[in-house]
Amino acid sequence: MSLSASLLMIKATHTGMVRSHNEDSITTDAEIGLAVLADGMGGYNAGEVASGIATALIASETREILVRQAPHQVDRNTGAPVAARLLREIIAKANTSIYQSANSQPQYAGMGTTLVVTLLCDNQITIAHIGDSRCYRYRGEKLEQVTRDHSLLQEQIDSGLLTKEAARRSQNKNLVTRALGIEPQVEAEIHTYPAQNGDIYLLCSDGLNDMVEDEDIEMTLGALGANLQLAAEQLVQMANDNGGRDNVSVILIQVKKEFPADDGWMTKFLGWFK
Amino acid sequence: MAKLILSLDGQVIKEFTLSKERTTIGRKPHNDIQIDNLAVSGEHAMIMTILNDSFLEDLGSTNGTLVNGQPIKKHFLQNNDVIEIGKYKIKYASEAPSNLTQEDFEKTMVLRAPAAVAPPKIERNPTDTQTNLQAATNLGDTSLSAQPAAAPAAPAPAAAQIGMASNPPGTPKPAAPPAAAQVGMTTIPPVAPKPAAAPAQPAVAPPVSAAVGAQGMIQILSGPNAGKELPLAKPLTTLGKPGVQVAVIAKRPQGYFITHVEGANFPVVNGKTLDAQAHQLSDHDIIELAGVKMEFFLKA
Repeated sequence: MSLSASLLMIKATHTGMVRSHNEDSITTDAEIGLAVLADGMGGYNAGEVASGIATALIASETREILVRQAPHQVDRNTGAPVAARLLREIIAKANTSIYQSANSQPQYAGMGTTLVVTLLCDNQITIAHIGDSRCYRYRGEKLEQVTRDHSLLQEQIDSGLLTKEAARRSQNKNLVTRALGIEPQVEAEIHTYPAQNGDIYLLCSDGLNDMVEDEDIEMTLGALGANLQLAAEQLVQMANDNGGRDNVSVILIQVKKEFPADDGWMTKFLGWFK
Repeated sequence: MAKLILSLDGQVIKEFTLSKERTTIGRKPHNDIQIDNLAVSGEHAMIMTILNDSFLEDLGSTNGTLVNGQPIKKHFLQNNDVIEIGKYKIKYASEAPSNLTQEDFEKTMVLRAPAAVAPPKIERNPTDTQTNLQAATNLGDTSLSAQPAAAPAAPAPAAAQIGMASNPPGTPKPAAPPAAAQVGMTTIPPVAPKPAAAPAQPAVAPPVSAAVGAQGMIQILSGPNAGKELPLAKPLTTLGKPGVQVAVIAKRPQGYFITHVEGANFPVVNGKTLDAQAHQLSDHDIIELAGVKMEFFLKA
């Protein structure tokens, strides 16, 4: 079942004003409710190789699996929605792929990427992330950060050493504690939330949230929600107007109407035999 | 690496480099920074350094510790902070890295989390970055259990005040919600100022008209709100009627730009209908939007 009638997905990416090339990689597929954003790191051009592998592999694997399996069904063994397990497996596969490339080709040594992936189905959104790429939700004129960074700064905030305000002045902004492709195994943090009509989800690389205050992001989504393309461009422009010190990427997902799963009679019938 | 400059009555006594995770200050000789004066407690204060950030903590001293004149218990040190202990002053100078290293440093790096069974104390070798990083995380973890609630009080952001100051006193308030008005004006609530907004190169080079510093304004020329003025103080100001026709004016370092947001009709500027692209406004441009005429102008 295509979700493109219910979901509007817009993406934008920019090298920024300082860096020489863009190591971010983004892809969306509104048909299957998938959005992937990766912020690569390491090596000369290896960062964009890592983020490129991540987005391409996750998109193609997800497409392939969703032909056979409905993501909203509940896994009989674990009781968790299939979407979460599916993302976990696909992300593990991407990790292996990047890790192996990094270890077999010297020019890719040490490459890795942060990641945020969303899969929408049956009025729900499943969000997986690794590192400091973020997902925000804009609902009822309020912006809320849904993911929590896997970073030194976030650990310091959690431990009470830093307040959120003080964290903005920290010199240790760039240290992530988890990344895809750095070690043989990595655990993605995955959660599923109910999605509502009118929600706007923002996936972004740290090039946005380091340069643009959450209040300004909230204001932009509030003012320009009626024109999502313009909102995405405005966010990138604000990051660049503020200095654009890093690559900046955004994906905006707007829920235009509810998207309940449609279990055809065949699926139900087959379900009896499982 | 950050430095501390100890002085008394304006005379510099000694400089110290914050090379250790813990640097202690006190009267007793075992302190890293010893100040032999009776107004200073035996163990007076401590500075914890994690990579490039340093935190000052008063260790329950008799006479207290001040930073920039304010008594503190715990404080996240910023460049040029002045710590006062008794009559002594200690200036904190965080070394500004050169441009190249700064840029390199800003690149995201992975901080390997310590192994699940990490020993409680790790011997640090200052030349080994990896060890240092691990130590840093451990330190964060340790302080989690040690003093979870002792978060440094963040100074209230000066955001609101600055936001206010840029609005000249006596500026007419944005028009109250126009009940039967043809044009509704939404002013976006004030937002915090950006940290050091570096001016970016203009994307295009349209006629330079919006001098930085001059406040952009909109004056309504027709309709029930004719004569009203609206300051374009926020980064984004939307004009029009949601669902019918809306445009947005963005305040950027290069000036003010109007862009169509929604509706079948596009805004008209000086008699010319705009396309979907952003259009830079010049002083005294006439905008027509949802049947209402208005003038953009710059107020010095």
